[in-house]
Amino acid sequence: MSGESVSFWILALVSVFASIMMIVSKNPVRSALNLVITFLCVAGFYILLSAQFLAAVQIIVYAGAIMVLFLFVIMLLNLGAPEALIEKGSLQKPVAVGLGIFFVVLIISSQAILSLPQAVGRPSVTQYQGTVEAIGLSLFDPRQPWLFPFEITSILLLVAVIGAIVMAKRKV
Amino acid sequence: MAITTQHYLILSAILFTIGVIGVLIKRNPIVIFMCIELMLNAVNLSFVALGRHYGQINGQMYVIFALAVAAAEVSVGLGIIVAIFRSRETIDINEVNLMKF
Amino acid sequence: MLEKFNHLFIFPEYFHGIRLPGVVPYIAVLGSVGFILTILPMLIWIERVVLALMQDRSGPNRVGPRGLLQSSADALKLFMKEDARPKNVDVSLYHIAPAIAVVTSISAAAVLPLQNITFEHANGVQFSVPLMAGDVNIGILYILAMSSLQVYGVVMAGWSSNNKYSLLGGLRASAQLISYELSMGLSLLCVIVMAGSLQLNKIVDSQNILPFAGAPEALRGSVMCWYWIRSLIVPVVIYTIAMIAETNRSPFDLPEAESELVAGFHTEYTSMKFAMFFTAEYVAMLVVSGLNAAMFWGGPLPPLNVVPFTLIPGFVWLILKIMGGIFFYTWLRGTLPRLRYDALMNLGWKKLLPLGLVWLFIIAGMNLGTDLLIHQYPGAKQFVPQEARFLEPEVKSTTSSDDFGSVDDNQEPVQYNTPSSGRRGSAPHIKGIPVSRVR
Repeated sequence: MSGESVSFWILALVSVFASIMMIVSKNPVRSALNLVITFLCVAGFYILLSAQFLAAVQIIVYAGAIMVLFLFVIMLLNLGAPEALIEKGSLQKPVAVGLGIFFVVLIISSQAILSLPQAVGRPSVTQYQGTVEAIGLSLFDPRQPWLFPFEITSILLLVAVIGAIVMAKRKV
Repeated sequence: MAITTQHYLILSAILFTIGVIGVLIKRNPIVIFMCIELMLNAVNLSFVALGRHYGQINGQMYVIFALAVAAAEVSVGLGIIVAIFRSRETIDINEVNLMKF
Repeated sequence: MLEKFNHLFIFPEYFHGIRLPGVVPYIAVLGSVGFILTILPMLIWIERVVLALMQDRSGPNRVGPRGLLQSSADALKLFMKEDARPKNVDVSLYHIAPAIAVVTSISAAAVLPLQNITFEHANGVQFSVPLMAGDVNIGILYILAMSSLQVYGVVMAGWSSNNKYSLLGGLRASAQLISYELSMGLSLLCVIVMAGSLQLNKIVDSQNILPFAGAPEALRGSVMCWYWIRSLIVPVVIYTIAMIAETNRSPFDLPEAESELVAGFHTEYTSMKFAMFFTAEYVAMLVVSGLNAAMFWGGPLPPLNVVPFTLIPGFVWLILKIMGGIFFYTWLRGTLPRLRYDALMNLGWKKLLPLGLVWLFIIAGMNLGTDLLIHQYPGAKQFVPQEARFLEPEVKSTTSSDDFGSVDDNQEPVQYNTPSSGRRGSAPHIKGIPVSRVR
């Protein structure tokens, strides 16, 4: 087994286990921390896929900002107590799990995954390596379609900032 | 056994499905939100894996935009949750189904 | 004489069949972790002595000469204490929180640029290898990622302790960390824009230049080439304020304000677990001071490129600069009162963040303006402290589609003689100076 496959299997097991723990645990804080573990594993996958910049950004944005925001809201609203929201037993859970398993089998057995069309030629690492230079060069290259979405994204973030402040303000 | 793109796609499908199941069975909107984040991450993972498969960096570019959208979505969504909690003292998803304060 | 002395620092590539450059990262890991963990008692001692001097009292003076062994005695005491765990804590999170705090803060030190080690190949060609655990091309992002993970140690400690004061301390700490991370990132971005790289090693290299063309060699990489002055001072001020807030030190020590919150997030921790939080705090101080030294204060470069300074190896300079940062911490602690919480948030969001944004624009405009100017008037090069990075010497490409209003086709392609061409890469000599100049 090569280093890549060992890391892949470890990360895959940990991430699947942590994400299952996320939806199983009754306590929102524990759910959030399990999700953080999953996000760190995804950052590990990005490194395996030689997308280093994305790995760092994944940790900074998802683990460092978004999940801290979640924890913050959970603690502020004091929903940390496990019995804050009791989930009653009903038909919903088994049906959801059954449908989920059906869904994953459906995806895995789909033609798109089983017979993935091969790339033309064998791609070299330099083509897809996500260094900061590569990402920046294709992000700001006017011949590629990323520049306009990038500018739009900045407006989206501005709208989100204003929206969040308006939402959370005590008196509107 | 070498790790192929299929491995990553199957893993991403499993993570996505766990997120879907979480959205269906949870009643705490914050946890539902987290499950949506998990689904986004699963899709991001398959983007990057397919980008490597075809030797392009475009998969990673999609992920960058998905990250920005996720950050915006979380800030507004958590703002809505805090606002609902302020006015109704509960955020149980079955209690706040009228879509109004 | 200098050449002879520097020769001592050149190692052969193979030593008894072991390829030495491959060993360097392991040495860096062992050396930096060992150094960090052994310097900690010293740091605490320095802080107590300096604080005592400032407050006109004697400070530690019982254990060892001038109280030097005081913090070792404290450490021994902390080892021996009973590990008390309060009732009703969330057991697993309570145990894991101090570990997260320590691990994230120590692992951030992996990419600090200590110094370059020069090796000599069998055929006489010299090349240098950076003495760091990993010369990754996302160095600064890595440090930022690790420091953003430190929030979890604090938040988990505060939440799992099942104590109102701890929870408030944890909330305060996390709010403070994510607020000041933004201004910290913006001030670092100013330097990144000027250096054109995220690798700390290359950022240090880009400070090792002549301040202006024709300057004496003594000024190469000297104090006036470092980014604290080249980025026009404001970023280093923003960074320094943000770094103190990031490490939760006085005057931004609201998360552990003893008059309001007992001790904040580590109220319920005793013995070794408390010591781990303590360690994490001091290691975080070391790392952010090291980043400050590397980004703004030339890292391992000596302040002047003349003999008595250049004889001291680079990592000693880096450590001296880090100690300067630690002294600054203590100085502020002895001088300033604690901020109120709303004043802290105002400073972060309403003053430092806009200032950082504006300064990023100014720096970017300055860079672009310099490049355009040099492109139009190559003669202006000698007045500019740095070489144009975007306009590498044009290699007779008549069909260059570059955006800066391209040169006329019939004009001679301008050949810039950058004073430091060949500084990067493994070229054996920098224009007259042997590469073995100890950084």
